[in-house]
Amino acid sequence: MSAEITARVNPLAQTWYMTQRQLMVFLRQPAYLLITLIQPVVWLFLFGNLFKKVVELGGFGTTSYLDYLVPGVVVMSALSSNMWAGMTTLDEIQRGTLNRFLTTPVSRAALANGTVVNNGLVTALQSVIIVLLGLAGGASYPGGPAGIVILVVTSVLLGTVFGAFSSALGVLVQERESIIGINTFLLLPLTFLSSAFMAPAQMPPWMRHVADFNPLNWAMVAGRSAMSAHPDWPSILLRSGALLTLALAAVWLSTRTFASYQRKV
Amino acid sequence: MNTEAPAVQARRLVKTYPRDVRALDGLDITVEPGTVFGLLGPNGAGKSTTVKILTTLARPDSGSAEVAGHDVLRHPDRVRRAIGVVAQKSGADPQATGRENLQLQGRLYGLTGPALNRRVDELLDRFALTDAAKRPVKGYSGGMQRRLDVALGLVHRPDVLFLDEPTTGLDPEARTAMWGEIGRLAGAEGLTILLTTHYLEEADRLAERIAIVDRGRVVVTGTPDELKGELRGDAVHLELRAAVGDAGRTLLDGALRGLPGVHDAHLDERRISVRADDGAAAVPLLLGALERAGVTVAAATVARPSLDDVYLRYAGRRYDEADAPAELATAGGAR
Repeated sequence: MSAEITARVNPLAQTWYMTQRQLMVFLRQPAYLLITLIQPVVWLFLFGNLFKKVVELGGFGTTSYLDYLVPGVVVMSALSSNMWAGMTTLDEIQRGTLNRFLTTPVSRAALANGTVVNNGLVTALQSVIIVLLGLAGGASYPGGPAGIVILVVTSVLLGTVFGAFSSALGVLVQERESIIGINTFLLLPLTFLSSAFMAPAQMPPWMRHVADFNPLNWAMVAGRSAMSAHPDWPSILLRSGALLTLALAAVWLSTRTFASYQRKV
Repeated sequence: MNTEAPAVQARRLVKTYPRDVRALDGLDITVEPGTVFGLLGPNGAGKSTTVKILTTLARPDSGSAEVAGHDVLRHPDRVRRAIGVVAQKSGADPQATGRENLQLQGRLYGLTGPALNRRVDELLDRFALTDAAKRPVKGYSGGMQRRLDVALGLVHRPDVLFLDEPTTGLDPEARTAMWGEIGRLAGAEGLTILLTTHYLEEADRLAERIAIVDRGRVVVTGTPDELKGELRGDAVHLELRAAVGDAGRTLLDGALRGLPGVHDAHLDERRISVRADDGAAAVPLLLGALERAGVTVAAATVARPSLDDVYLRYAGRRYDEADAPAELATAGGAR
């Protein structure tokens, strides 16, 4: 009886169903988007005005601190919204939603990728809004639309890296406290050990070297360069490529954690 | 029916969780197609672990199982197509509407377009959710949510439906309604239902065959009537006015031994249960013997054996002793 009705569903369609399910939750809570935009607004307009004379130190590649700040704030926001992905995963485990899907024919990859695609789309939207806020505040983007696209792509890749790690963590430890702990521990050091607020030329040398290994900084440097008047393409490609590799590895890892989860249920 | 392959067959399932918690200890069950089979036991007996293995969620340490003719370890994907699962936890998306939940579930099994919409409408109608179809599930009552869960499990017309504690947490009214619903499902053509429950009454009412599970293994299998029939005579329950300590315990054992027509005395602090060939005749004897032993009886009841008594007989302890929450004790009694 069941044979006639259960046709195989192709992996892309499965992924889309899983994406759609989460997008719908996002679209039904417009307040959530507004809340995630409060922090970027504070950074851009309060912090940006408070420290606007900092560009006079030189090395920022622009005379407007706001121009310098926009890519940093975009990438930072991508990090801080994606690093909580593990909470959603935990909710789904505790509610029994994950178990429900695991007993249907849906593939494990589609389950993980649905989250990745959803978070990617949300991050892209958030990034574009921040770029537009900057524009409204008087920032200029000499790199044009191509530069903006590259900034959005690198921030989505960075978000994917941390989103997938956070999901994997949610599945593995199944504790809110661990996710909160790790995020609190990571957010500020990752942000300050990057070029988000200060030109690398003005950073203490040791911080500059540490920042070279910080994926957050890769996204900022690539995005900022792409949005400048004279993009450094080899540097942009190198950093985007590194982010892409890291993102693929993180997604692969988060898919693998389902197997570990199933050993524990 | 015996010529057909079983819908569910589990052999010597063993599953140990970290910290050496042995959830299953060689569990065997066989479920004939088209029947309702009840796994009955207290919390922690291993019912849910059994369901998790049979629905491809968990892997056993050893043993094997086939569901709808497919091996759960070798062909989990085939098993997933053939089964519907209603787990203990709802699992529906709270932000999505009832209809959206059903549509997504249908799509995962390859239903699309008008066929999907027809099936969703049919299920909404059948489970009395048509009016609530456009509302997010988070606003549903417990009973509505449970009905939606069952509907989700049926979207693709499975061969075998697993119902893991389908009425736990429901109020009495919703529970009765759910029993009616499961009863109707049982009549549906070809559907096999494996039901787990810790309500004795539920197993008695719904299941054609019951396996009593205790500490990870099946202690006895049969129809509810067979199981109850194996206990001769009546069940006599005596409530004591005061709890008896260990000293009183030996005293009581001595007093009850050798009373004619009285078997299988079981006592815990304030209750004595015995089986009697003739309950009415045994009560005066019991009361007399207890009085001589200096124990005051507050109340005595005589009843046909219930599954409660069956459990006591085969698991060696009272059903509610094996289980933590006290409210379950009353659920199966008084029959």
